[in-house]
Amino acid sequence: MTAPPGSVATPAPTGELPRVRFASSRRNAELALLLFAMALVAAYAATVEATLLDEVTLDFWVPTAALSAVFLALHLVVRFLAPHADPVLLPAVALLNGLGVGFLRRLDLGDPDLPPQERPDFPIFAGVGGRQLAWTLAAVVLAALLLVLMRDHRAVSRYAYTLGLAGIVLVMLPAVLPRRFSEINNAKLWVIIPGVGQIQPGEFAKLALLVFFAYYLVRKREVLSLASRRFLGIDFPRGRDLGPVLVVWAISLLVLIFEKDLGTSLLYFGMFVVTLYIATERVSWLIIGLLLFFGGAFLAYFLGGTVGGPFANFYLRAEIWLDPFADAYDGGYQLVQGLLGLGTGGLFGAGPGGGQPHLVPEVHNDFIFAGMGEEIGLFGLSSLLVIYLLVVERGLRAALAVRDSFGKLLAGGLAFTLGLQVFVIVGGISKLIPLTGQTTPFLSAGGSSLMANWLLIAALLRISDAARRPVDSQGTSRPSGVPAGPPAQLHGAPTEVIRP
Amino acid sequence: MNAPLRRVGVVVMVLFGLLFVNLNYVQALKADEYRNSDYNGRVQVAEYERKRGIIEAGGTPLATSKETSGDLKFLRTYPKGEVYAHVLGYKPVNLADTGIEKSENEFLAGTSDQLFADRLRDLFTGKQTAGGDVLLTLSPRAQEAAFKGLSDNRVGATKGAAVAIDPRTGAIQALVSMPSFDPNPLADHDTKQAQAAYDRLEADKDGPLKNRALSETFPPGSTMKVIVAAAALENGYNPHTRIPAGSSWLPPTAGQPIRNAAPSICPEDEVSLMSALTESCNTGFAQLGVKLGAEKIKEEARRFGFEDEELTVGRLNGDGHPVAASRTGDMLAPSGQDDPPSVAQSSIGQNNVRMTPLEGAMIAAAVANNGQQMRPYLVDRLLGPDRTTQYYKAAPRQLRQSVGADVARSLQEMMVSVVENGTGRNAQINGYRVGGKTGTAENGADRPEHGWFIGFAINDKGEPVSAVCVLLESAGTGGSAEAARISGAIMRAVIADRGGR
Repeated sequence: MTAPPGSVATPAPTGELPRVRFASSRRNAELALLLFAMALVAAYAATVEATLLDEVTLDFWVPTAALSAVFLALHLVVRFLAPHADPVLLPAVALLNGLGVGFLRRLDLGDPDLPPQERPDFPIFAGVGGRQLAWTLAAVVLAALLLVLMRDHRAVSRYAYTLGLAGIVLVMLPAVLPRRFSEINNAKLWVIIPGVGQIQPGEFAKLALLVFFAYYLVRKREVLSLASRRFLGIDFPRGRDLGPVLVVWAISLLVLIFEKDLGTSLLYFGMFVVTLYIATERVSWLIIGLLLFFGGAFLAYFLGGTVGGPFANFYLRAEIWLDPFADAYDGGYQLVQGLLGLGTGGLFGAGPGGGQPHLVPEVHNDFIFAGMGEEIGLFGLSSLLVIYLLVVERGLRAALAVRDSFGKLLAGGLAFTLGLQVFVIVGGISKLIPLTGQTTPFLSAGGSSLMANWLLIAALLRISDAARRPVDSQGTSRPSGVPAGPPAQLHGAPTEVIRP
Repeated sequence: MNAPLRRVGVVVMVLFGLLFVNLNYVQALKADEYRNSDYNGRVQVAEYERKRGIIEAGGTPLATSKETSGDLKFLRTYPKGEVYAHVLGYKPVNLADTGIEKSENEFLAGTSDQLFADRLRDLFTGKQTAGGDVLLTLSPRAQEAAFKGLSDNRVGATKGAAVAIDPRTGAIQALVSMPSFDPNPLADHDTKQAQAAYDRLEADKDGPLKNRALSETFPPGSTMKVIVAAAALENGYNPHTRIPAGSSWLPPTAGQPIRNAAPSICPEDEVSLMSALTESCNTGFAQLGVKLGAEKIKEEARRFGFEDEELTVGRLNGDGHPVAASRTGDMLAPSGQDDPPSVAQSSIGQNNVRMTPLEGAMIAAAVANNGQQMRPYLVDRLLGPDRTTQYYKAAPRQLRQSVGADVARSLQEMMVSVVENGTGRNAQINGYRVGGKTGTAENGADRPEHGWFIGFAINDKGEPVSAVCVLLESAGTGGSAEAARISGAIMRAVIADRGGR
């Protein structure tokens, strides 16, 4: 097996990459960035009101203030419980989340069914924007709770098998439930509890499965990376080591077929292949993974075109992607309207509140990026993409810097998954790839997505705290509850480098 | 594990780079195309903020905008429904616009550069002034007469067209295509309803959305004889020159014998050119055409407007409805020489000759206007929203000199003979010199023939008043006589509308 070059080069007692030693915890920078983000969100809300209501109401700042309050609370939790965490993650995500809430409230205010004279009195917690605001409060509390309960990320590896099983159950649940309890908008992604609401278990399954992957791969990385056969100049793994890959491949295809959801299967599969690659450092896994995915997708397309049945939905989506304007009023309607919205926005957009996002179906959800693109234009969307990229790259930096293999894999997987999800949905609505039902992290309306993604950020915060914590304080500042269990001992310590 | 992590970082960068490039493609490169796409309701919502201008003819409003309480503030309505449908076209929310609604869209919508001053004033007054108004050349009475004449025809034809032109200016007085359609459901703000209405019209096997007057071509039958006669007159013939006729004639080399419509028509060996036209003598014109040769016939047809691919009907200095080119078709043998059977058939308007009803009216108009063919147009004036500022007034333009004045006068004389003594008697109008030519065009074996009439009316001061063409598609026996009767009715309506008699 190979080891991070840096940790081999440095002497054992300190044993750290120089880049991860930080004198200050940068918490004040985080606070300043957070306040700046909230100022932007407030300005956005004011612009929306000025455009839609022809006035800025006295209450325009209330949603922003509510958001600021919870974000500041989370900042305090981070300050005390993860003092060395990356200072950019929280403000960046808070900005995305705040703009998402602002845009959803803009949809409420600009609702064509709402008489203009009633707009200024629209309640703060009503409508899709108000619900999103409430969900944000809940999600941030959940994230804080995770930071409180999980003082060391290695602790979760104890529950890896439980989480793995839970993840698979969560993924499969909507597929096996009757349609009435699982299908919304022609996608079986949901668990609907009549009278209570619905959750999208796949969003949480993503996190649970990732923990399992990271744990499993750390255990198996030697055998996965060493035992191989060479073929055509590429090292291919042994058949029996391929087992888990094939199982995940099969699961993601099942998801694709039964839940009619290409996006989720692409997400799971990409997540697994990339963690596998990070663990083994073997490009062959990437090649096998891509071949399997594209092979599966092409097969599904082919079968959908000839046999139909469960593959027909995928075939239809691919056809729409190839030429959305061929069926612009029916199958291609949503994509066409999204594209026209983006195009109408052009470089600078119509300004917050100045567009007509209601013309795009599901604009509060999958198509929020298209709806925002009409109003903030190419420049605005590019800025949002840069913020996402910043979050992902910060996550990867935490993975680079953290000392234990489990943490590296987990952080790398989490960060990549977030980036991949953004790619899948933004690529889908802008016709780069076939459209798949995915939420846009932190922007789309929906509690499940928001909570799962805030949990993801909490995990990244926790890992980045471990990564950036000065080494000399290791003995004293390591919080209680650090497991002495096998995972930490076997895989957490740098000594594993010299194990065969 | 740091090396693959770094590479994953690069992969994410590449993925986001792809997103960025693609967004540039969608939002910058394709922005204009998407913004102005027919599928884009956003532009339309903005367009519906301003009251669209009126389209009217002879003081009758034909397309107006009604205020609504919905998202789109104004509903386009067409008070006269089917009667003017093919001229006005329609301005739907989700479908492509057509007709005058399309070609004058910018002026009607108020976004035209000409209306810049009005928009500037709006900036200060805070009001949205309406778009400008379009005044058409149509004569409402003639249009109604044409619509009624076609729909109530006595030979049971379900398809056809009628066009009337002022020969001296080219102003179109009537333009009807049958069957027509009601444009109102297409302008419905409920786009699903509008789409359903469109799909129903599109699926109708009679093709109500087709503009038969401008966009479709048909074999012209004996109306083609006017062009052959003009070619003869320009090549040394006069109306009294005797030409070979007979009850049947077999063109040299091959083909079917040419016969006349009835045994009583020109059984003599020779008849005068005038009486050949009056009786519609097929054998006479077939032999005349073969003698003149394909090139002379084609050249004459071109001078009357055949093969013109550029013509549009709308505003003389702007856009309009494109007109399908009328064709004389191929008359040559593989050797490159004239193919006599083809020339003979073409001379009586069969073989590959195809003509639009508009072209038929333009031939009659050129003859009536002493050989001068005027460019046809529909838009007479453009008025600002205040109804006093005039932004445009049509200045009639000569399109081509089809024949010299002498030849034109001879043709007039011959065509008047057709209506006074021959096949076109149904078109007669008291106190006017009416000339014309009927046509019965075979339209494939076993199918009823098309009935045609092209003609004109000249008043007692010698001024041409109107030139018409009526086509009754697959009308069968009596079709051309019925077309002549409808033509007479249309021209009478024009005269009545002008206050004459």
